[in-house]
Amino acid sequence: MIFSFDLLINAVVSGILIGAFYAAVTAGMSLSFGILDIVNIAHPAFIILGSYIAYIVNVTFGLDPIITSIIVLPAFYALGAGIYQVYYVSFEKRGQESLRGLAFFFGLLFITEVTLVLYFGVDYRYVDAPYIGPTWHPGDLDIPLRILVPCLVSLLLIAVLQLILSRSFIGRAIMAVAQDQLALRLLAVDPIRIKRIAFGISIATASLAGAFLIIIQPVEPSVGREYIGRVFAICVLGGMGSLPGTVIAAMLIGVVESLTATFYGPSWAPAVSFGFLLLTLAVRPAGLLGR
Amino acid sequence: MRSDLFAVLCVVVGGAVFAAVLALGNDYYFFAGYVVLQYVVLSTAWNILGGYCGYVNFGSAAFFALGAYATVAMHRLDPMPIPVVVILGGVVSGVVGFGMGYLTLRLRGAFFAIATLALAVVLQTLIVNWGYVGGSRGAYVVRPETIAPFGSYIRYLFLIMMLLAVGAVTAARAVERSRLGYGFATIRDDELAAEASGVPTLRLKLIATTISGALMGMAGAPFPYYIGFLQPSSAFGLDYTVNSIAMPLIGGTTSWVGPLIGAVLLGSLQQVATVTISSAVNLLIVGFLLVGFVIVAPNGIIGLARTYIQHRPVEELGRRRLDVDAHGSAPGSTS
Repeated sequence: MIFSFDLLINAVVSGILIGAFYAAVTAGMSLSFGILDIVNIAHPAFIILGSYIAYIVNVTFGLDPIITSIIVLPAFYALGAGIYQVYYVSFEKRGQESLRGLAFFFGLLFITEVTLVLYFGVDYRYVDAPYIGPTWHPGDLDIPLRILVPCLVSLLLIAVLQLILSRSFIGRAIMAVAQDQLALRLLAVDPIRIKRIAFGISIATASLAGAFLIIIQPVEPSVGREYIGRVFAICVLGGMGSLPGTVIAAMLIGVVESLTATFYGPSWAPAVSFGFLLLTLAVRPAGLLGR
Repeated sequence: MRSDLFAVLCVVVGGAVFAAVLALGNDYYFFAGYVVLQYVVLSTAWNILGGYCGYVNFGSAAFFALGAYATVAMHRLDPMPIPVVVILGGVVSGVVGFGMGYLTLRLRGAFFAIATLALAVVLQTLIVNWGYVGGSRGAYVVRPETIAPFGSYIRYLFLIMMLLAVGAVTAARAVERSRLGYGFATIRDDELAAEASGVPTLRLKLIATTISGALMGMAGAPFPYYIGFLQPSSAFGLDYTVNSIAMPLIGGTTSWVGPLIGAVLLGSLQQVATVTISSAVNLLIVGFLLVGFVIVAPNGIIGLARTYIQHRPVEELGRRRLDVDAHGSAPGSTS
């Protein structure tokens, strides 16, 4: 293969853009897995659910997917809070989260996927929006707007999340719940309530990430599974619960995947994130910006 | 009861089931029964690591598929009798299980679960890109119509799967009652305390991943002959993973009886539902049963039965105290 500089630059740029989207996908996981220690492997399933809601609304009313996802944000928040309540009562309280809690989330993942298959079949679905299609050409680069727009909104989402976590009282309480529940109690804050809010926010981000996903690529119910490995790899690499770390790790994985897809073929790309995950676990379990 | 006596009993029961299915006089029952038995092996294998040690394996389908693809590779090279490929499939999956465990078991339990999930994706990627075994197009494995002295080939396959199921259940029961099984139980109940008391936890966990992986590979090895046409998407199907987790959890994870009950009940239910309703709906049923059981009856059918008989709640095994201080420690550390 003739080495092409253009190809390389384009792969790196699209990797960074996709990486920003991966960061949005992982942000919810960083919150639930990284901070709350809840191994929510069903997270990608909720993202696919978000994609399908954006799809339905887009097809029936022609509404923009991102606007739709912002409208259904409260519903996803409520769903997340509800799921956490069930999880807390059935598993965390009994101290059984390790085995049965995992099986619980796996069951949720499976139910969501099979239900979507039953209703929509396994056909790929896609949405319509003005920014899907055109490409921006600064210099030699090709930047499709369908990737650029989700990328920018993703970065905005993460900035907002980071602000909430570091500035607001609830956000600080969420950071604290990971470190010392007893101290929170002494401040007359109910750690369970804080965790419920945090998990609600985590699932709410899935609504946005779902809209981004269906803008970037056509979606079918089992697409979510590809994201499980990727999301955990980014989460661990980013240092479990550190949002800036998540962004850096997501872009790193985005670039490496994009390079792999460009130079070795797209069918090898899924192996990249797993390689990263194993390497990180073996070499530096605390991640890039570990706490 | 001693293990060898139990094995003899299992063989007798297995033989009786085979004779009963034969008496039904319809080969369809062999096809259906094969799948149920395959799930007995898979869920028993999963339970050795998941139920006894408390480590969740989300990669059952990957180990199963590895066994199946080992057969396809052998079939392309030089077709061999099925007992040989079963052993081969077991060796391949056992080695992968060992490697997998070696890489990830030093870490907290959740990371192992995630790594197994990712392993499934990566192995599928490798198989899809490996042209020799058919790649994404799939591979045909033509089974002979008949085989002496069994008549139709499916009876032979059924018998092999029956032997595997008997072997798996006997092995699980033997493990459960040996030093090994007690070691596993200490890991499940409190790994730190076990480590501190001198239990060689890493070695035990590696033994568990190897046995569990090998059994899953063995269950997968005859599969290409059963299905006739093997595709990565069918061999790595999510239904194997979810079933091998759901069946032990629904049956009860602390004893060999649990996965057996779960697999026979759920497996038969699915066979009936596939014929009468649809295959997608029956997977949905499994999903709801899994979630329902882990919430309402954490000790599965065995737990329910025991409570009913003894009128007192079963002591919650695998219980871990939620330590407020320990909760905040950096996740991912080996500690």
